[in-house]
Amino acid sequence: MNLSDYYAITPLVFLVCWAIFLLLVDLWIPAGRKGITALLSAAGLLIALVLVLRSGEQVLTAFEGSVVVDGFSVFLSVLFLVSALAGIALAHDYLQRLGLERGEYYPLLLISTSGMMLMTYAYDLIEVFLALELLSIPLYILAGFSRLNLESEEASLKYFLLGAFSSGFVLYGVGLVFAATGYTDFPGIAKAAQNGSLNPTLFLIGAGLVLTGFGFKSALVPFHMWSPDVYQGAPSPVTAFMSVGAKAAGFAALLRVFVVVFPGMSVNLTPLLWALAALTMFVGNIVALVQSNIKRLLAYSSIAHSGYLLMAFVPYGNASVRSDAIAGMLFYLAAYCLTTFGAWAVVIALEKAEGKGLELEDYAGLGHRYPFLAATMTIFLLSFTGVPLTLGFWGKFYLFSTAVEGGFWQLALIGLLTSLISAYYYLRVVVIMYMRPGTPQVQRNFWPLLTSGVGALAVVILGIAPGVLLNLAVSALLKGL
Amino acid sequence: MLTEMAIFIFLALVVVASAMAMLLSRNAVYAALFLAMNFVTVALLYLILGAPFIALVQVTVYAGSIMVLFLFVIMMLGAERLPGGEPLRGQRVLAILLGCVLLVEMGLIFALRSGLLQIQMPAVVFSEPVDLGELLFTRYQLLFLVTSVILLAATVGAILLTRGDKVSLRDLLQRKE
Repeated sequence: MNLSDYYAITPLVFLVCWAIFLLLVDLWIPAGRKGITALLSAAGLLIALVLVLRSGEQVLTAFEGSVVVDGFSVFLSVLFLVSALAGIALAHDYLQRLGLERGEYYPLLLISTSGMMLMTYAYDLIEVFLALELLSIPLYILAGFSRLNLESEEASLKYFLLGAFSSGFVLYGVGLVFAATGYTDFPGIAKAAQNGSLNPTLFLIGAGLVLTGFGFKSALVPFHMWSPDVYQGAPSPVTAFMSVGAKAAGFAALLRVFVVVFPGMSVNLTPLLWALAALTMFVGNIVALVQSNIKRLLAYSSIAHSGYLLMAFVPYGNASVRSDAIAGMLFYLAAYCLTTFGAWAVVIALEKAEGKGLELEDYAGLGHRYPFLAATMTIFLLSFTGVPLTLGFWGKFYLFSTAVEGGFWQLALIGLLTSLISAYYYLRVVVIMYMRPGTPQVQRNFWPLLTSGVGALAVVILGIAPGVLLNLAVSALLKGL
Repeated sequence: MLTEMAIFIFLALVVVASAMAMLLSRNAVYAALFLAMNFVTVALLYLILGAPFIALVQVTVYAGSIMVLFLFVIMMLGAERLPGGEPLRGQRVLAILLGCVLLVEMGLIFALRSGLLQIQMPAVVFSEPVDLGELLFTRYQLLFLVTSVILLAATVGAILLTRGDKVSLRDLLQRKE
C-alpha cells in the first residue's frame, strides 16, 4: 500500500477532494451568487477530465488488484464527467428560477460522479457495492432537492426506499457469491469458477440477486416501477443526470461482473437476460405510447433504452461476439448520453415553476416561434427513434447486428419492432411542435441552449461519421477487460 | 457440530422472526425493540462464527447507541401512543422470571471469570481488533475511505433536507395563504 495506488486513481481522488473543498467554500458564497459554486465545480470536472485523459495507454492495477483502470473505465469515466458537466449546465439557471438555489447541489453531484467512476474501476464485489452506495446516496438527496414540492419529496423517498431495497439485493447476492466461492475479488471468483471448486446453486442464486439489484438501478422491467415517478418528481436537471449516469454506471457494473466473473454461467443466465431485454423493450415502448407528460414520456423511453442496452449482454458468453457487443454498448451509451441531455435541455427551457409547461400540449407551436429549439428537439427525437443517419440509428444498428451475429436474431427482430412502435410517440411530439398552433413560453438562458445546441451538433456530425466514436469504443476495449 | 448447527438454526429463526415482527408491528416502539432484538441476535451469530470483537461492536453501536437514538426520536414525536392497555398479558410475571435468568447469567459469568468452574474459554482465532485495524488500513484502505465519503454525503443530505431556511419558510407561509 503506497502512493502509487492513489496515483492510479488520481481523477477520483481529485474529484472527491474538490467536492469536499467546495462544500466548505460554499459557506462563504452568499445566497443568490451560487453561480460561483457552479463554475468552480465545472472547473473541477474539467480538471478531472484532463486527468482521466492523461492516464495514457497502459492498464493500471492498484490496491492489491481491487482497482483496475483500463480503457473501459477511461471511456465511461469521460462519459460520466461529461454528464456531470451537462448536469451543472442545465441546473444553475433552473434552480435559480424555481427558487431552489442551494450550493450543496454541486458537491453532491461531484460525489455521485466519483461513485460512478469508482464503479468502473472496481474489481471487487465489496467495492462494487460501496461504489453503488456512493453514487446513489447523493442522487436520493438530489431527487428531493425541491423540498417544498410534494412530488419531489415523493420521488426522493420512493427512490431511497426502493434503492435501499435493491442495495439489499446486491449485498445479499455478493454474500452468496462469497459463500459459494470464498472470494469477493473478481480474479479469485473467476478462478474458483474455472476450477469448479464452488457451490453452483449458491453461485447462481447470488448472480441472480446481483442482476436483480442492478436491474433496479438501471430500471429494467420488471424492476422499473419506481422510475417514472422518480423521473417526474425529481428536478429536471437531476433527472437528466440520473437517467444517464446511474443507468450507465449500473450497466458498467453488470458488464464487469458478468464478463469477468460469470462467463461460465452464460448457459443459465443468457435466457434470463434475453427475457429481461425483450420485456424491457416491449413494456417501456408500449407504456410510453399513452403518456401525455413529457417527463414521464422520457422516463418510459429511458426504460426502453435500457432494454436495447441489455441486448448487448445477451451474447456475453460467446467470446467471438462479446467484444463487438460491448463496443456496441459503449457506443450506444455515448449516443444515449448526448441525446438525452439535449432533449432534457429543451424540456428545461420550457419548464415553469410548480410543474407547469411539461404537458405535450405545451409544445404546440414551438416550431414556429422557436425554430432553433424545435429543430434540436426534432433531431434528438429522431435519434431516439433510430432514424437512419442519426447517432441513435448507428447505436441500434451495431447492437442489433451483434445480436444477430451471436445467434439471437429473434431479439434483434423484437428490437426492430419496438423501435417502430417508439416512432409513434417520438414523432407525435414533433407533430405537435410543428403542426399545432400555440404560444409556448421559453426561458431563454445561455447554458441549456448551449447544451442542446452542442448535443444536436454532436448527434448530427457523429451520425454522419459514426466511425470516430466506434473506433474510440473499440480501442477502449483493446486496453484490458 | 450438531449442537452448533442447532444453535445456528435457532438464532437464524429468531433473526428472521424479529425482522418480520419489526415490519409487522404497528407500534413504533415495539418495532424499534424488535429491531434491537434483531441486532443482538445477529451479534450472537457473529459470536458463534468466532468474531467476538465484531459482535461487541454490533451490540454497542447498533443495539446500543443507534437504537437509543431511535427510541428517543420515536418518543419525542409521540409516535408510541396507541390506544389500548397492556396488550401482552402476564408480562410482569415474565419480566420477573427473565430478570432472574439474567441475574443467574451474571452470576455464571462472575464464576467463569474467577475460575471457579474450570471451563476452557474458546481460543479466539481471528478478528482481533489489531488484525481488523490492520486489514482496514492496508487491504481495505480504499473501501474505508470510500465509506467515509458515503457517510459525509449522507450527513450533508440529512442537513440539506431538514434544515429550515428563511426562504423556504416564507414560501410555506405563502402557500398556506
